[in-house]
Amino acid sequence: MTEFAAEASPVTPGRSPVRHADRPLPGGRTDTYRHPPLVRISHWLNVIAVVVLIMSGLNILAAHPQLYWGLRSTFDDPWVAFGTIPNWVMLPQGRNLAEARHWHFFFAWVFVINGLIYLAYGFVTRRFGRRLWPTGADLKGFWPSVKEHARFHFPKDDEARTYNVIQKLTYVTMILVVLPMMLITGLSMSPGFNAIGGILLDLMGGRQSARTLHFISAALIVGFIVIHVGLVIWTGLYNNMRAMITGWFVIEPSTRKDEGGAS
Amino acid sequence: MNRRDWLSRALATAGVLTLAACQRAEQAGQRLLVSAEELTRRAQRLIIPREALAPEYDISEISDDFRANGSINPAAADYVALRDAGFADYRLEIGGLVERPLSLSLAELRARPSRTQITKHDCVEGWTSIGQWSGAKLADLLDEAGLKPEAKYIVFYCFDALTQTETGPRYYESIDLIDAYHPQTILAYDMNGETLPVPHGAPLRLRVERQLGYKHAKYIRRIEAVESFDHIAGGKGGYWPDRGYEWYAGI
Repeated sequence: MTEFAAEASPVTPGRSPVRHADRPLPGGRTDTYRHPPLVRISHWLNVIAVVVLIMSGLNILAAHPQLYWGLRSTFDDPWVAFGTIPNWVMLPQGRNLAEARHWHFFFAWVFVINGLIYLAYGFVTRRFGRRLWPTGADLKGFWPSVKEHARFHFPKDDEARTYNVIQKLTYVTMILVVLPMMLITGLSMSPGFNAIGGILLDLMGGRQSARTLHFISAALIVGFIVIHVGLVIWTGLYNNMRAMITGWFVIEPSTRKDEGGAS
Repeated sequence: MNRRDWLSRALATAGVLTLAACQRAEQAGQRLLVSAEELTRRAQRLIIPREALAPEYDISEISDDFRANGSINPAAADYVALRDAGFADYRLEIGGLVERPLSLSLAELRARPSRTQITKHDCVEGWTSIGQWSGAKLADLLDEAGLKPEAKYIVFYCFDALTQTETGPRYYESIDLIDAYHPQTILAYDMNGETLPVPHGAPLRLRVERQLGYKHAKYIRRIEAVESFDHIAGGKGGYWPDRGYEWYAGI
C-alpha cells in the first residue's frame, strides 16, 4: 500500500505526467502501471534464454542420460537413467551434442548478463524489497492464502496491486535460489573453472552431484514454468500478457465479483 | 508479359531473395552462437590464473570402472606393429617450430622430470572418471626442444582413426601455450600405478586437466609446435573441433 501511494503520487507541476499513475476505467476498474520497461525486457529475454537452455540442455543430457551422486560416475549404478529423449523437446532437433553446446553456452551468457542486470536494478531501486520481499504480515497470512488459492480465489481490488505471499515466496525463491543454482551448478561442471572454484565443487559434493543438482534445478524451473503459465492463463491471459508487454494491468473491483456471484 | 506472368515472376524473385536472406541470416546466427565460445575462453583465461591447479583426489577415490572412450584399440598398421613389439621401437617426435627437434624413446621419457596426479576426467558427454596419471612434464620437453618465438600452439598427432580404418582421418588435438606449460600438463605413460593400457592410449596420452576429455589425446605419435592450424586437417585445431565441437574445452 505504501508503494501504491508513492507510485500514484500526483503529477509534479511542470513535468510530463508520471507514467506510474493509475488510470480510471469504466465500471470501477482501474488501469495501474505495474512493470517498468527493464523488468519487462529482462522477463522476456529470460523466457527466451531459459527455454533455449532447457531444450539444448536436454540434448546435452541425451549424450549420457544417466545421473549419479558423488565425485564420479558409477556406470553400473546411476541413480536415474532416462530412456530416449523425444526430438521435439530438444534443440537442435535430433541428437547433436556439439551444436546443442553452442546454443547452451550462448544463451547461458544471455541468461547470466540479463539476470545480473535485473538483480542490480531490483536492489538499487529497492523494487525488490518493496514488491517481492515478504513482510511479517504476509508470512502470517500464508496458510489462509494457500487455502484461498486452493479454491482458485484470487485477490481483487487493492489486494491485486501487490503480489500475495505465495507469489512473493515463489518469485524470491526462483530469483535468489533456483535460477542462481543453475549458474553455480553449471560452473561447477567446468573443468576450467574447477581450478579456481574447487570449493564450489566440494560444496556440491563433486562433479556428478553438481550435474545432478543442475538437472534437479532445471526440473524445478520446468515445474515453475508450468504452474506460472497455468496461473497466467487462469487469472486472465489477456490482462497478464498486456501487463508484461505494456506495463499496464487492470484491477477488477471486488464488487464486480460479488455482483457476478449474485446473478 | 501479362499481369499473371509478371506476378509469378515477382513472387519467384521475392522467393529467391528471401531464401538467400534466410541462408545469410542462418550463417550469421551460427557465427553469433559460436562467438560465445570465444567469450567463454577469454573470461576463463581472465579469471583463472595460468598456474591454478585442477582439483586432485585421494587414492581411495580412483574409479574402478574408468571408462575408455573413443578409440580403444587402434587398427592402423604402424600402431599394431609397435604395440605387438611392446612399444620397444616407439619414439616420440617433437618438431615444428622448435630449435632442437627431439626423438625420444619411452625409456628416455621416463628418465625425464615427471609428475603424478590423481585427477578427474570429464567427458563432454557428461560422465566423470577419476584416475592416477604419471608422465613427463610437457613444459620440460618443450624447453628442451626450445620453442621458437612464432610458436603459438602445440599439436598432438595420434595413431588412431575413429573410423578404425587405415585411411580414415587420424585423431589430433591442439592446446595453447598456457595449457602446454601448465604444471599438470603431462604426457602420461602410467595409469593407476601401472603401464598405460591400450584402451586408455598406450604408450602415451596427453593429460591437460583443465579441459574436457576429448582434449586428452591418446596414442600420441608426434608433437608439433605451430603458429596456426589453418593448414592442418579441417583447420579447427582438432578432430572433434573440425566436427563442430569447441576448440576451447574448458567448460
